[in-house]
Amino acid sequence: MEISTRKQMLPPTVQVEEKVASPWAEAWYSFKKNKLALVGTGIVLFFILLAIFAPLIAPEGINDQKMSVRLQAPSAEHWFGTDDFGRDILSRVIYGARISLWVGTFAVMGSIIVGCLLGILAGYYGRWIDSLISRIFDIMLAFPSILLAIAIVAVLGPSLRNALIAIAIINIPNFGRLIRSRVLSVKEEEYIMAAKAVGMKDSRILFQHILPNSMAPIIVQGTLAIATAIIEAAALGFLGLGAEAPNPEWGKMLADAKQFMIQAPWTMIFPGLAIMLTVLGFNLMGDGLRDALDPRMKS
Amino acid sequence: MFAYSVRRILSLVPVLLGLSLIVFFMIRAIPGDPAQVILGQLATKEAIADLTKQLGLDQAWYIQYFNYLGDLLTGDLGQSLRTKSDINNEIWPYLAATMELSFVAMLVAIVIGVNAGIISAWFQNSWFDYAAMVLALIGVSMPIFWLGLMEQWMFAINLDWLPTSGREEVRNPVEAITNFYIIDTLIQGRTDQLVEVMKHLVLPAMALATIPMAIIARITRSTMLEVMRSDFIRTARAKGLSMFWVVYKHSLKNAVIPVLTIIGLQTGLLLGGAILTETIFSWPGIGRYIYEAINYRDYPVIQSGILIIALLFVLINLVVDLLYAAIDPRIKYR
Repeated sequence: MEISTRKQMLPPTVQVEEKVASPWAEAWYSFKKNKLALVGTGIVLFFILLAIFAPLIAPEGINDQKMSVRLQAPSAEHWFGTDDFGRDILSRVIYGARISLWVGTFAVMGSIIVGCLLGILAGYYGRWIDSLISRIFDIMLAFPSILLAIAIVAVLGPSLRNALIAIAIINIPNFGRLIRSRVLSVKEEEYIMAAKAVGMKDSRILFQHILPNSMAPIIVQGTLAIATAIIEAAALGFLGLGAEAPNPEWGKMLADAKQFMIQAPWTMIFPGLAIMLTVLGFNLMGDGLRDALDPRMKS
Repeated sequence: MFAYSVRRILSLVPVLLGLSLIVFFMIRAIPGDPAQVILGQLATKEAIADLTKQLGLDQAWYIQYFNYLGDLLTGDLGQSLRTKSDINNEIWPYLAATMELSFVAMLVAIVIGVNAGIISAWFQNSWFDYAAMVLALIGVSMPIFWLGLMEQWMFAINLDWLPTSGREEVRNPVEAITNFYIIDTLIQGRTDQLVEVMKHLVLPAMALATIPMAIIARITRSTMLEVMRSDFIRTARAKGLSMFWVVYKHSLKNAVIPVLTIIGLQTGLLLGGAILTETIFSWPGIGRYIYEAINYRDYPVIQSGILIIALLFVLINLVVDLLYAAIDPRIKYR
């Protein structure tokens, strides 16, 4: 009885403090309020579902050729029309989501892993390690990114796997620099000094304290990087340096459609639209995440 | 300013050395025997040995690198395996074509992007603001190779307003002097050719300009909004200065630094995007030169083309950095 009476007498400020949400919950609340970010997330989820359930959703297989219906305009039977082999473009666009999302996600994951490792080493150990790694990043950033990707694929040979490797490599310096600057600021925090003072190992400090405290900008940058990676993969596919036929990669589909521009423009309209929508989705979601997770970037 | 410029130029030395190292190792990183890969499976042993010698691959790598560096410093880019001619002789027209296209694209992006950003900030939350920002959002997400194809389909094929590809009217070719066709036609007083050259420029320049234009518009809008809320702008307005004067004289001057940064960064995107745009529009620029070289496995040309573009990118960023320091004196003391 006495306790409840005391609780009622507490000043309102104290009660508010008890309800303070975690930074992640606060970010989620802010993200939910951002309509554009929700639209972006909706688009991304839509394409992820398309990719997962492609065999159930696609009306036809990716390589079902019917020469009798080649280059047909969009109709009730073929919503997006057919290509020069009589293949259903809608089905190929749906399956194409698998390739684009796969390349985009895995390339960016590769860049994050290598970039974070290098960035942590540079930021935490400093001195010559920092100078060496930072100079390598500077040199890589001196190339226009798509050009570096083209150079890497030109060396390794054109294939979807090599395109993925090239895209992963060109994005490494972006993550490396980001994590390096985070490590530089986090390592000066008092709790890191305390961890060092009690004799905690470097690896434990790095992976248990510094890395988790640098996650927010990595998530933001990662989401935006997937958008760029999807465009880069499509660009390599378009130049004939990425996916090979008969893969329904969107960039490759556009390259094949180029020669039928006059008689069958739909062959190039829909794959391009799919690239643009997916990239737009990731961009909107990334912008929303940045506003929610990185208060300094709030517009 | 002089000390800052020297420091900034000196900082380029390791970057340039790194660039040359990456480009040098490109050919050496080819899995297997590079000469065999270049010549194909049917090549004879003699041909492979000859090419190995021509590329200098039979020497120790550090000797190869120093020879390569020496050649670069004397302006020798090597020989094309396909055309057998010196690359430094044949690269200039391609480079000039790319520079002309990129310059026009950047100009379009700056003029439209900055003004769209200013008007959006000026009339914040108006229909223009919303429309411009939605378009900018779509613009950033647009693959330029798709946009290029759509432009070709719409304006060249369907409406027949502009030429589909190339840099000049084939039946009325421009006599090259500087290889910048706008300048060449002006020098020769050939307005008929100038009109043709401009017509050929419109579609590829618009395709190339879209992404930088969208980004510049977004950045200009947000920086202008920030500047327009500052005290000195309020004072200028209170003194009775017209909104036009306040925006274009006071606000823009203070918003120019972030916009300049973006312009510097976007140049890289522009040069990278040129390879795609040039492929679509058969624009005889360095991007197309590299693209064709890739198809013929002409590695010396690929190396030189990539090196030249990277060098151009580095130099443009240097100019942008020096411009900042000239505009904002605080930067050189950082």
